[in-house]
Amino acid sequence: MTFPFDTATLYGLVGALLIGIGLFGLIVDPKPIRKILAFNLIGAGVFLFFGVVAKRGAGAGFGGDPIPQALVITGIVVAFSATALAVTLVQRLSQEEAAASDADGKDRP
Amino acid sequence: MILALLFDTLLAVAMIVVAVWMISVKNAFAAIIDFMVFGLLLALAWLRIEAPDVGLTEIAIGSGATGVILLRARGLARDRDEMSATPSIGFKILVGALCGGVTLGLAALVLMPPDPAPTLAYAAAENLHLTGVGNPITAVLMAYRAFDTFLETVVVLLALLGVWSLTPDRFWGGRPGPAPAASVPAPLTFLAQWLVPLGVLIGIYIFWIGADEPGGKFQGATILAAMWVLLMMAGLTDAPPVTSRRLRAALLVGPAVFMAVGIAGFWLAGDFLAYPPDFAKPVIIVIEAAMLISVAAALGMLLAGPPMRESEP
Repeated sequence: MTFPFDTATLYGLVGALLIGIGLFGLIVDPKPIRKILAFNLIGAGVFLFFGVVAKRGAGAGFGGDPIPQALVITGIVVAFSATALAVTLVQRLSQEEAAASDADGKDRP
Repeated sequence: MILALLFDTLLAVAMIVVAVWMISVKNAFAAIIDFMVFGLLLALAWLRIEAPDVGLTEIAIGSGATGVILLRARGLARDRDEMSATPSIGFKILVGALCGGVTLGLAALVLMPPDPAPTLAYAAAENLHLTGVGNPITAVLMAYRAFDTFLETVVVLLALLGVWSLTPDRFWGGRPGPAPAASVPAPLTFLAQWLVPLGVLIGIYIFWIGADEPGGKFQGATILAAMWVLLMMAGLTDAPPVTSRRLRAALLVGPAVFMAVGIAGFWLAGDFLAYPPDFAKPVIIVIEAAMLISVAAALGMLLAGPPMRESEP
């Protein structure tokens, strides 16, 4: 039996699909937390895509090219930092909005 | 061979199903748990394409720590529901077509790879003995591309500065996160008492073997940060105030040591961030140990969030 793809190609296609799914969620879903989730899904797809580039560059006794792999590790840490900042921004925004609607409620009667 | 193919296909299908579910499920809490499940599947995929270091990072930071941060904000998605307009079906179809196009373009790139594939693996292997470390990923992070890694820790610190600067004025100077719960469930205290010593040991081990085997300071630091957060959740310790000098020293020691070694490189090895030959490995380990402290402190503080209570007198 011959399979149409090798392992790297299969995961490369998964990465391409993940980017598409994440992009759709990012644009269509109006809720900020869901947008952050979708953005992380795009990130996961891009990293996987890059990981496939690393796998194809295997050589010199390594299972994959270590340079893209190391860059992906850096990328995951940076994506986490950006997510933490984004979540805190949304948190602060909703606090401010809650405070503003409280103030409205008190003024009205 | 067939078994491996079967596993890869199942894993690929599972990842796509979980990803679609994550985007489409109504409940934000379910979507976040989905995201963490997805991270575990993705880590398996990283193992399959022979990137165990990336898999470890994905589990620790991509899935675990990111999931915890998102869980902190899960209530917000519910609060804002009625304020958000849902796009029309026509718009969704348009966006779907656009995203399908992006995926098809990327898929074409995957199916038509350049031959031979570009690689720097040989260059990385050739100079590995000069760095003294056995894990090529660590060699890239700490020697070939050390400047990237230096800037990366600065990015983590910048994110923490951003999070702290979102503190409401009246809470500034207080301890991060909400006040500890008045009564902690006994099993949680028990878990923290038993797991934390073990977790600290594992974190340091993952850091230490990073020189030669999969692992490293980021993965180790995440485990240490998780243990710190577990202690805070169990009420066994409290987060230090954001103005604490000891906390700030811990946050800065990594980048400071990195910078000092980098500048010393001008005299000792003739260039910025160059390591003196024959001493490369000890220098790398000193930098990594300092970075372990800083990254663990920064990740722990990012997980705890900005101060949300009055500072004590």
